[in-house]
Amino acid sequence: MLKILKYSFYDLMRSRWSYVYFVFYLVLGFVLLFLNNDISKAIITLMNVIIVLVPLIGTIFGIMYFYNSREFTELLLSQPIRRSSIFLGQYLGVAGSLTMSLILGLGIPFVLYGLFRSGAIWDFSLLLVTGAFLTLIFTALSFNIALSHENRIKGFGYAVLLWLFMAVIYDGLFLLSLIVFEEYPLDIYSLVATMLNPIDLSRILILLKLDISALLGYTGAVFKSFFGTGSGFFISMAMLWLWTGLPIWRMVRKAGKKDF
Amino acid sequence: MIRIENLYKKFGSNEVLTGLNLEIQTGGVLAILGPNGSGKTTLIKSILGMVIPDRGELYINGKPIRGKSEYRRDINYLPQIANFPENLRVQELFHMIKDLRQKSGSEEELISLFRLEPFLDKKLGTLSGGTKQKVNLVLAFMFNSPLLVLDEPTTGLDPASLIRLKKLIAIEKKKGTTVLITSHIMQFVEETADEIIYLLEGRIYFKGSVSELQKATGQTDFEHAIAAITTERENA
Repeated sequence: MLKILKYSFYDLMRSRWSYVYFVFYLVLGFVLLFLNNDISKAIITLMNVIIVLVPLIGTIFGIMYFYNSREFTELLLSQPIRRSSIFLGQYLGVAGSLTMSLILGLGIPFVLYGLFRSGAIWDFSLLLVTGAFLTLIFTALSFNIALSHENRIKGFGYAVLLWLFMAVIYDGLFLLSLIVFEEYPLDIYSLVATMLNPIDLSRILILLKLDISALLGYTGAVFKSFFGTGSGFFISMAMLWLWTGLPIWRMVRKAGKKDF
Repeated sequence: MIRIENLYKKFGSNEVLTGLNLEIQTGGVLAILGPNGSGKTTLIKSILGMVIPDRGELYINGKPIRGKSEYRRDINYLPQIANFPENLRVQELFHMIKDLRQKSGSEEELISLFRLEPFLDKKLGTLSGGTKQKVNLVLAFMFNSPLLVLDEPTTGLDPASLIRLKKLIAIEKKKGTTVLITSHIMQFVEETADEIIYLLEGRIYFKGSVSELQKATGQTDFEHAIAAITTERENA
């Protein structure tokens, strides 16, 4: 698996898009620091960008890479390599290079600005960790879609829909349901609904850590009162792991049964 | 060497293999023939584990291959359509495959045989179809493996390269390699194959040597003999 990972990673490092993504975050980091002039404020703005953008890039990149490397995959399949190694290797190659672009792209400006001397280092680290999780989750989801759909246009469509649903539509439906059922106790419901969407989960996770009650909103408040900041944090983290693990598990299973 | 028992495979509603049984002995060149869509590539890909059969079992050297990957170390495969990762250079591709298989290969000779030196530093995406096929051939012949699977090896080759390919197959045959070939070029099959199997509607319709086929169909010309099986079947 490590060899496949190496070659996929190497292949991606040579593609223009990895650099575009890296430079985008680099510029974003510098601009935000320049405009806000304050690390903590820049982190909050960044959170809003990361939570929407990282899943989008993960989804699109994942599905594009999968379809584009079909030939490579077929070549590998005729070699003495296990199927799970091939797909895990490719997956980790994509997710790894995206995560690296994210961490380096944002890390460099913040470090230069004096991140290590500020108190916000843990907040910033959490932001990057969540970003990494979202990359892992959405790349795995897009690989799942690509494995299930031979037709590229369809696969691409479903991938974009998935992102749109998780990033926008889900919140709308959630909010709507809260209004419709406002007469009922909704604590547990909103907790579960948040857990079921990795984007919402990441948002709550960061907000809990940043401890900005003004931005927490209803769900955040429920989270905080229900778990207290400590255990709420761990449960959210566990959910993120689950969100990463399940799609990877299905990807390996599906890949084992597919005809090429 | 290879034993196939009762192999079934369908893609959607299209039944490609319907209870295929086959035993392939070690050594010699076996040509797998049949009209388009008769399941030649599916059969080959099942042997390679790229297609997973719905029912039936495949054994290589007596061991079932389902879910295994290590047995492919003894197989070299030439895919029908030579597609490679486009960003990779020819030389890097050879290195990568050697690295993945953990084997040293004899690619130097083959590169000079197919005159590929000027292309070594070119990206695979920029090569012509014929040149890609030559790269494909180098990959298939560079390792010494007991089983060689060639799916339409003649596609896109110029006459000079075709002659070299025939020589390579003859060398492999001498070494005792088992060679499986699919092709639609009957002259090529007649020259290279020791035995042929003819697939029709997902089963083996004929298995034997070229002369046996000619006897069975009453045709002296191989191409006509093959055509005769198909039309005979259609008329029946």
